[in-house]
Amino acid sequence: MSKQTLIPIGPYHPLQEEPELFRLYCEGEIVKDIKWETGYNHRGIEKLSESKTYEQVFFLVERICGICSNSHPFAFANAVEEIADIEITNRAKYIRSIIGELERIHSHLLWVGLAGHFLGYNTVFMWAWKYREPVLDLFEMISGNRNSYAMFKVGGVRRDIEDSKIPIIQKILDDIKKKTDLLTGAVMDDPVIHARTKGVGILTKQDIIDYGAVGPTARASGVAIDVRKDDPYAAYPLVNWKVITSEAGDVFAKAEVRLLEIYESISIIRQCLDGLKKEKEGDISLKVKEIPEGIGNGRAEAPRGEVFHFVQSDGSNSPVRHKIRAPSYVNIATFKKSCIGQTIADATISLAAVDPCYCCTERMAVAYDLTSGEKIMNAFELINESLKKTIELKRTIKSQL
Amino acid sequence: MGFKNYCFKKSLWVFHFGGASCNNCDIEILDCLTPRHDLERFGILLVGSIRHADVLLVNGSINTHDKERLIEVYNQAPKPILVVAIGACGCTGGYFTESYTFAGPVDKIIPVNAYVPGCPPKPEAIIAGIIKLIQNS
Amino acid sequence: MNTGLIIENFMEQFKSDILEVSVKNQKRIIITIMPDAIINVADFLYRKEEFRFIIATALHTKKGFEIHYHFSKDIIGLILNIHVILDKDNPQIESLSNIFNASNWIEREMHELLGINFLNHPNQEKLISEGNWAEGVYPLRKEFK
Repeated sequence: MSKQTLIPIGPYHPLQEEPELFRLYCEGEIVKDIKWETGYNHRGIEKLSESKTYEQVFFLVERICGICSNSHPFAFANAVEEIADIEITNRAKYIRSIIGELERIHSHLLWVGLAGHFLGYNTVFMWAWKYREPVLDLFEMISGNRNSYAMFKVGGVRRDIEDSKIPIIQKILDDIKKKTDLLTGAVMDDPVIHARTKGVGILTKQDIIDYGAVGPTARASGVAIDVRKDDPYAAYPLVNWKVITSEAGDVFAKAEVRLLEIYESISIIRQCLDGLKKEKEGDISLKVKEIPEGIGNGRAEAPRGEVFHFVQSDGSNSPVRHKIRAPSYVNIATFKKSCIGQTIADATISLAAVDPCYCCTERMAVAYDLTSGEKIMNAFELINESLKKTIELKRTIKSQL
Repeated sequence: MGFKNYCFKKSLWVFHFGGASCNNCDIEILDCLTPRHDLERFGILLVGSIRHADVLLVNGSINTHDKERLIEVYNQAPKPILVVAIGACGCTGGYFTESYTFAGPVDKIIPVNAYVPGCPPKPEAIIAGIIKLIQNS
Repeated sequence: MNTGLIIENFMEQFKSDILEVSVKNQKRIIITIMPDAIINVADFLYRKEEFRFIIATALHTKKGFEIHYHFSKDIIGLILNIHVILDKDNPQIESLSNIFNASNWIEREMHELLGINFLNHPNQEKLISEGNWAEGVYPLRKEFK
């Protein structure tokens, strides 16, 4: 009769304590089952949306998640413009795509930093977050805020990217490309990172299809779905780019997909900036008198996957029903497949690989002993388990050289 | 300068509590640690347990599920503890005051010493807030 | 593989269960069906036609409780909304979570927010309401005069 122990999956970033989200039931070192509870972040946004006008809802949905703060207004705008049959101007399309891709770059760099932290590479964490700062400066230059840019409205965008700003954007993109080369080299070639991430947290193609997972989580397992290609919107059909996939489905594949997507994003932005030069400055939005009765299904590709918004309108100023589905909602459920059978030390990085959006999944659990009910490990200690494994591996690999 | 104030003027250890937030503020707080702003050069450290902390940073609009947690964390904190409410949601509840799960804002649940408004507040604003707090305490 | 062919196959398979078909364009179609047919429809779309389940939206309207199940055929960018209308007083429908895992959480959420009962759901427990609102309270229900 083996004893099952409950282990906490610590807070996602090293500062949280106590909120229970994940409970890992372990036998010895191996995770056997996962239970989770949510509700810590529930803010009643769908109900709030029904009492706001369409313009106000943009500010609301931006604050669903800070890291994919642009994807929700993107999907919402697509949904509302579908109801009203609006085709926005080319300039607005380019600007929307530029903002979307800049966000993808900063989100993926953020993820690389966090993954590095969980593996014990704090330098990677510091570098990735430092190289992310110029992107936030660009946002501040374009929109006035580092996060929550308030750029979107029904019928177009609220602020223009003037031609005078384009050379600065190009220069910062050059810089980001160089730094991403550095990070990619450091991460992809390190034998300890290979040992920690290859074969860990594997999701097969069938798992992805069964859970309906999306984004880099799906693309790393060979399921080539990307809203920008499947159901094109904004400027994505106007520029050349490719969908990045990998086959292995493990944490390494997910890291690879995200790093290579940064390069694609840089290329898309450059093409959009060229496209901007051909469009008339200032032609950024259409006058929209009213939203007629109807239903809109809008979606956008966030850094974490497909964001889906369903909007039902009855001709008035507010949506009658607004359903929001973030990509992490479907991706996190895959933990049941990717964590079970792994060791505790690998659990943190398997969870991190899916890139759960904090606000969808932030609170992680604490460990309890199944038989005695006593607390065994807290989140902090769980991350330490992961760091210990890295140190052990480094020692082994060094001794083999 | 009393003994307590003398202690507070040296390195501050900070514990972060996130309520129901969109994480913008959490990321800006973490950003304060990264090389551009680098809070650690002032001796300010983020700690993993409330029992080691001098300052409690709270952000996010607090929903009914979080309220008890926040009270528990505050009770476990070694007194004196300085509480800073960060972001529009922490200060007043922000956009979410009309929601059916809203149980805040923070100053209705625990006493607050400083407010740093913004959505999210820039790292510079957070640092300025903490420094003002030290100077006034 | 195009939208027309898919809709043709669907209509042939489920002739007697279809109440209404609303085509907005080649990528957005809403088909209203009898609630009893939902298991066969979902199985057909997921296994035979290889659609992906995106999410489900539940609404409370004057007609009663309605659910839109959103399915996506990614290769052609088609979103097919399968729409059902449930009884006002006792809203219930078969759970899809025995066909695929993608609907597990959303059915629990729809149960908590609107009080719709999903029959044969593998674990219809609380997802988000614990500590947030009491049993028997359904925040997304509306008052109709």
